[in-house]
Amino acid sequence: MVATETLSETAIGEPILTVHDVSRGFPRGSGEVRVLADVDLSLRTGEIVGLLGRSGSGKSTLLRIISGLIRPSGGEVVYRGHPVNGPAEGIAMVFQTFALFPWLTVLQNVEAGLEALGVPGKESRRRALSAIDLIGLDGFESAYPRELSGGMRQRVGFARALVVEPTILLLDEPFSALDVLTAETIRTDLLDLWIERRLPTKSMLLVTHNIEEAVFMCDRILIFSSNPGRVVGEIEVTFPHPRNRLDAEFRQMVDDIYAKMTARPTVGAAGQLPKLQLGSRLPPVSTNVIAGLIETIAAPPYNGKADLPEIARTLQLEIDDLFPVAEVLHYLGFAELKEGDILLSAAARNFADLDTQTRKEVFARHLLGSVPLAQHIRHVLDERPGHRAPRIRFEQELEDYLSDGAAEETLDAVIDWGRYAEIFAYDDQAEMFSLEDPKG
Amino acid sequence: MQGSSTSYASLTARGLVPNRWDIIAFPLVFGLLLLAAKGARETLAPLSALKESVVSLDPVNLPEYALRTTLRMLAAMIASLVFTVTYGTLAAKSRRAELVLVPLLDILQSVPVLGYISFTVVFFMSLFPGRVAGAEAAAIFAIFTSQAWNMTFSFYQSLRTVPRDLEEATHSFRFSAWQRFWRLEAPFAMPGLVWNMMMSMSGGWFFVVASEAITVGDRTITLPGIGAYLAQATAEKDLAAVGWVVLTMTAVIIFYDQLMFRPLVAWADKFRFEQTGAQTVPGSWFLDLLQRSRLLGTVTNPGSLLLHALARRRFAPFRQGIASVRLSHSTIVDVLWFIAVAAAAVFAAWKIIDFVAAGVSWDDVLEALKLGLFTLTRVVVLIAVASVIWVPIGVEVGLRPHLAEKIQPLAQFLAAFPANLLFPVFVVAIVRFELNPDIWLSPLIILGTQWYILFNVVAGTMAYPNDFREAATNFRMRGWQWWRQVMLPGIFPYFVTGAITAAGGAWNASIVAEAVSWGDTKITAHGLGAYIAENTAAGDYPKIVLGIAVMSMLVTLFNRLLWRPLYAFAEERLRLD
Repeated sequence: MVATETLSETAIGEPILTVHDVSRGFPRGSGEVRVLADVDLSLRTGEIVGLLGRSGSGKSTLLRIISGLIRPSGGEVVYRGHPVNGPAEGIAMVFQTFALFPWLTVLQNVEAGLEALGVPGKESRRRALSAIDLIGLDGFESAYPRELSGGMRQRVGFARALVVEPTILLLDEPFSALDVLTAETIRTDLLDLWIERRLPTKSMLLVTHNIEEAVFMCDRILIFSSNPGRVVGEIEVTFPHPRNRLDAEFRQMVDDIYAKMTARPTVGAAGQLPKLQLGSRLPPVSTNVIAGLIETIAAPPYNGKADLPEIARTLQLEIDDLFPVAEVLHYLGFAELKEGDILLSAAARNFADLDTQTRKEVFARHLLGSVPLAQHIRHVLDERPGHRAPRIRFEQELEDYLSDGAAEETLDAVIDWGRYAEIFAYDDQAEMFSLEDPKG
Repeated sequence: MQGSSTSYASLTARGLVPNRWDIIAFPLVFGLLLLAAKGARETLAPLSALKESVVSLDPVNLPEYALRTTLRMLAAMIASLVFTVTYGTLAAKSRRAELVLVPLLDILQSVPVLGYISFTVVFFMSLFPGRVAGAEAAAIFAIFTSQAWNMTFSFYQSLRTVPRDLEEATHSFRFSAWQRFWRLEAPFAMPGLVWNMMMSMSGGWFFVVASEAITVGDRTITLPGIGAYLAQATAEKDLAAVGWVVLTMTAVIIFYDQLMFRPLVAWADKFRFEQTGAQTVPGSWFLDLLQRSRLLGTVTNPGSLLLHALARRRFAPFRQGIASVRLSHSTIVDVLWFIAVAAAAVFAAWKIIDFVAAGVSWDDVLEALKLGLFTLTRVVVLIAVASVIWVPIGVEVGLRPHLAEKIQPLAQFLAAFPANLLFPVFVVAIVRFELNPDIWLSPLIILGTQWYILFNVVAGTMAYPNDFREAATNFRMRGWQWWRQVMLPGIFPYFVTGAITAAGGAWNASIVAEAVSWGDTKITAHGLGAYIAENTAAGDYPKIVLGIAVMSMLVTLFNRLLWRPLYAFAEERLRLD
């Protein structure tokens, strides 16, 4: 493959791609809901850049804007001096879901990208075989994707992207659909190829929600916040490869990033989470998980205070699993998030010792006290003569603040909590809230 | 109301249909049909009738007739495929076209297949004056109308549900639209399309038989084929000949299945989208034979290479700009488009009313509605009766996998077998025992389509999770409770699919089944089907239009008010995953 020399000449060099002031939103009610706001970044030769953020933070949207799959509503992406207006030559993508054509063999899948470019048959075959060889797929050329394990499928995904000899490789959470061991193997294989400069690629952009993965692979990490997505921090990672996850420095950096990601820039002085509004997005977190986390932190060895990265490691939770629960605890007044630590409130420590019925009562008090949407639903039901209200009423209200999916998700979360707390009943078939008690 | 072939896919597609557009689609469809019939009549001097009897009852001729019938089916299938790909692609790719095309398809589907022939036979005859080709075209068109709609729905829906990530991958690798179609869209749509082709084909035999011998006004059209042979046998009261034709048809269906559809289904299996390995892979000895034959491989290789090369060509320059899904749109153009469509609909409606009003009084309308209610009652009662009979039997069969394996192909064969071949037997019995035709002709409308209920219920029972059965046994649930809480909810989605298909087929069959003859004896039941059949024979166009419009309306209402809600309920509440 080519580009070996060019890469060695320019260590980390001039920018190949820059993103200026990119934002994306869609019209909602009177205003606009923004999923991305004023993002600036640049990709330079010879570096792996990580976009680290939680799901729904718009990082995948940004990746699609960079690849030319969708258009930004503001700002521009410049690649090699020209604005990106559509899928550009030299930018290839690896997908989280692999996105292989199930009716094509491994070889045909890898060749598909070349075929689209009109590369003649023989040349295309030669290049495909060499990419398959490079990525460790020899022997699987004639297999269909459904015959392969997840790891092998993603290798096909990589081979298919690399065969077009892309200048920039976009990685959209390529390891998150794989089990831990497989992911680690492919990660190291990719890094080896990169370090040995056997890849035709000059720069890689990795979207991930896995902090360790970002620190393990990237030269530079951009931290993304949600609602709207924007870059809130940038961290240079200078450790030499291969990196050791157990290194004290490595661990310290992971901890620092946790702290940065739990803080919010939009809020006042202390980096505290903002108070909830009626239109705030709420994550769908089950009440069992809420109770489970409270119990875990209340018990020894944590005794009410825990380090988030440590909790994540012990409980085997990704940040996408852990952060939403921690935040909900915070919103409900059961905990405080500070500098990557979680601190249970007195109410929560008490909660851990209660029986089921009393827990429900405590939960109901906290829910009505701190979640405006729950308050609002209950208030409407109390006011109405029949004590009934259709779902659509609240969903429409939420849609003034949130995108479709988010509005639905938020309402579902509150329905789940409200049912547990028994502050209202909900009939899913009729899509109707009521105060009726099914027991009576 | 295609004969037989409401699949899961097409039903879900119909869920997408915006209802208000039906108001526009309805007059458009009928306006067009009318135009075809009327235009042809005006441009054409009365045509000398084709030779009265071209069909000989000698069984020696049957293989040739069978071949001609089969070729008609094949021609119609090719036409259906061409229609499917163009219409389906247009509807899926253009938002504005979709707004009109999808409801239009829904109405086209509700028009009884034999209604199309009444409208269009004169038109096609005028295209090829004095020659058999016109009649051939009319018959092929009738079969086409029994096959195309559900295939189109399936294709359209597949195109609308192409997985997002694959679509992005094709854009990211800069496929041209042509390449994307062959690499992604067509393969993705293939399994659904093949399945619907098979269902269409199986429904089509009924209509090919019915459309080979048809009388419109003073014109009797007889095309050499199985249907014409049957008509001749009926006219000459020759039961032995009926026996021969039943035998021939059986052989034809089996051949068709083995040589065409098994191989197609087995081949299309590789386009299945699920990434997991299948439990049972459909196989076909004929496909294996074709694929293993080296000689055949050598002969067909250049052709297949050419096709591949064609599919790989870009046919488009690399273009800048985002070719991706559905770009933003202008509201003004939308409004103009809507006005244009609405105007066309109003114009069509006016034309229809104008035409029908000339030959139809309000009494006729009331009469047609009354007869429509008779036929509706017949359909409802017979579906209910067939369900009561076949659901328990289907469940019992489905619970015994070995038995089910033998019953399933038989049920599918029976569903494909054109029931109209068996009508003479019933008619003879009714004549002999002087039975009341209003009651005893009724079973004929469900004779061919009841099997859809059986084989869907068997399939549902076989797919029923074993855990649930074991749990039910463990909790000692038995008798009525077992049916009510364990089995019936589990097979309900399958049952609804089967019942929808059966009901659709029953409406179609009513046109043939409510008015039958044996030699010179004519037996007629009161119903809309008989009304349409009689007016077709009399060539009374305004009344044909009226009858068919009333039937389409009843079918559409029936679908909207009963089947669709039931189906939605089954989808939402009784899914087992």
